[in-house]
Amino acid sequence: MSWEFVLKWLPKLLHGATVTLELVAVAVIAGLILAIPLGIARASRNAYVRALPYAYIFFFRGTPLLVQLFLVYYGLAQFDVVTKGPLWPYLRDPFFCAALTMTLHTTAYIAEILRGAIQAVPPGEIEAARALGMSRGKALLYIILPRAARIGLPAYSNEVILMLKASALASTVTLLDITGMARTINARTYMPEQTFLIAGLIYLMMSFVLVQGFKLLERYLRVDASQGR
Amino acid sequence: MNFDLYGFGPALAAGMLMTLQLALSALCLGLVLGLLGGLAKTSPNRALQWLGGTYSTLVRGIPELLWVLLIYFGTVSSMRAIGKLFDIPNLSLSAFAAGVIALGLCFGAYATEVFRGAMLSIPKGHREAGLALGMSRSRIFFKLVMPQMWRIALPGLGNLFMILMKDTALVSVIGLEEVMRHAQIAVTSTKQPFTFYMVAALMYLCMTALSMIGLAWLEKRASVGFARSAS
Repeated sequence: MSWEFVLKWLPKLLHGATVTLELVAVAVIAGLILAIPLGIARASRNAYVRALPYAYIFFFRGTPLLVQLFLVYYGLAQFDVVTKGPLWPYLRDPFFCAALTMTLHTTAYIAEILRGAIQAVPPGEIEAARALGMSRGKALLYIILPRAARIGLPAYSNEVILMLKASALASTVTLLDITGMARTINARTYMPEQTFLIAGLIYLMMSFVLVQGFKLLERYLRVDASQGR
Repeated sequence: MNFDLYGFGPALAAGMLMTLQLALSALCLGLVLGLLGGLAKTSPNRALQWLGGTYSTLVRGIPELLWVLLIYFGTVSSMRAIGKLFDIPNLSLSAFAAGVIALGLCFGAYATEVFRGAMLSIPKGHREAGLALGMSRSRIFFKLVMPQMWRIALPGLGNLFMILMKDTALVSVIGLEEVMRHAQIAVTSTKQPFTFYMVAALMYLCMTALSMIGLAWLEKRASVGFARSAS
């Protein structure tokens, strides 16, 4: 690998890395917010309340992200209602579409993580909260959700890493993220081994930093200590 | 909506067949790599442990799409060199072969962890019993460890297969004519992107739903004789 090549193109790839980071940050934060009501509904005892989020989750987990991305970015343009509607300036922007699709996609996965976490909260703790006179809403807010957050955190950090890797798909809708930039550089220099290898190393580094960050967060939230039964 | 999909129905069906072939071929390669990786990670040999660990960390840290691109475009010059050695001009990986290798590699890296966990869950006493009976080490692995390991590894492998099935869509980026690629071709000539991508989505949904049913059956079969633990 020649250093000249690395020095010449690394700034471009790092610029792509900022696009990747932005996409992932929007997706996992917005996804978490959307997933909270969905996850609570999925953990409900009422079958009708469970059905709607189940259909959403089934669709988004059962189809490839690439198909979802193409449905939003290319597919919506088929309808005049959309192209003449007020949202069109956003829906024709590739960054907006990629961020939207990734958010909707990851919401489905995070909702399932949350459902598992909520159902793993020991029933005795919920009963204790109710026995102390907490209303159901209060018990959910102060006991169940904080507890579920700690139970679900390791799975959530996995999902963030998966989204980091999934963000590479944004390059298929003309966005210049790390992979998009690497494909452009490859087209210009025709040095595929080096270009894609450097891009891969950047992803590796990013996931390493994220994993370490989540480890710190787990220590801060005392995830290990609160798992004792 | 038009029921024969503007004449693109048969092409999409052929694409589905290609997708299934790709997924199953990558599954075979991935299972072999995963078994080797799991064996390496659980072996007493330090160098093998390192090798297995590096393989699974390295591959899992890089996006699947990048692997597809790296293997398809990155092997052109080395394949040429190999071709020259054997007097085959313009030897190169086909999109299908590159897809199988890339997806198999990624499946194998995750399967390494699944197999490692399953191997560790087999009680040590079983292996010692095999040794006491005078079985060779490979015989112990194939006759004692593997049949028990499958039952434990199956749910994890099932999840990985679903992910693999969906990742096959990525190979359309290098031009393999599977479901997604055929949908793209149909879109360029009919200008009906939503219709065709929705059809593609439904096809994937069918495939994942069917494999879910198949996996549930396999898991049921594998756990015959084991009482369900009360949970």
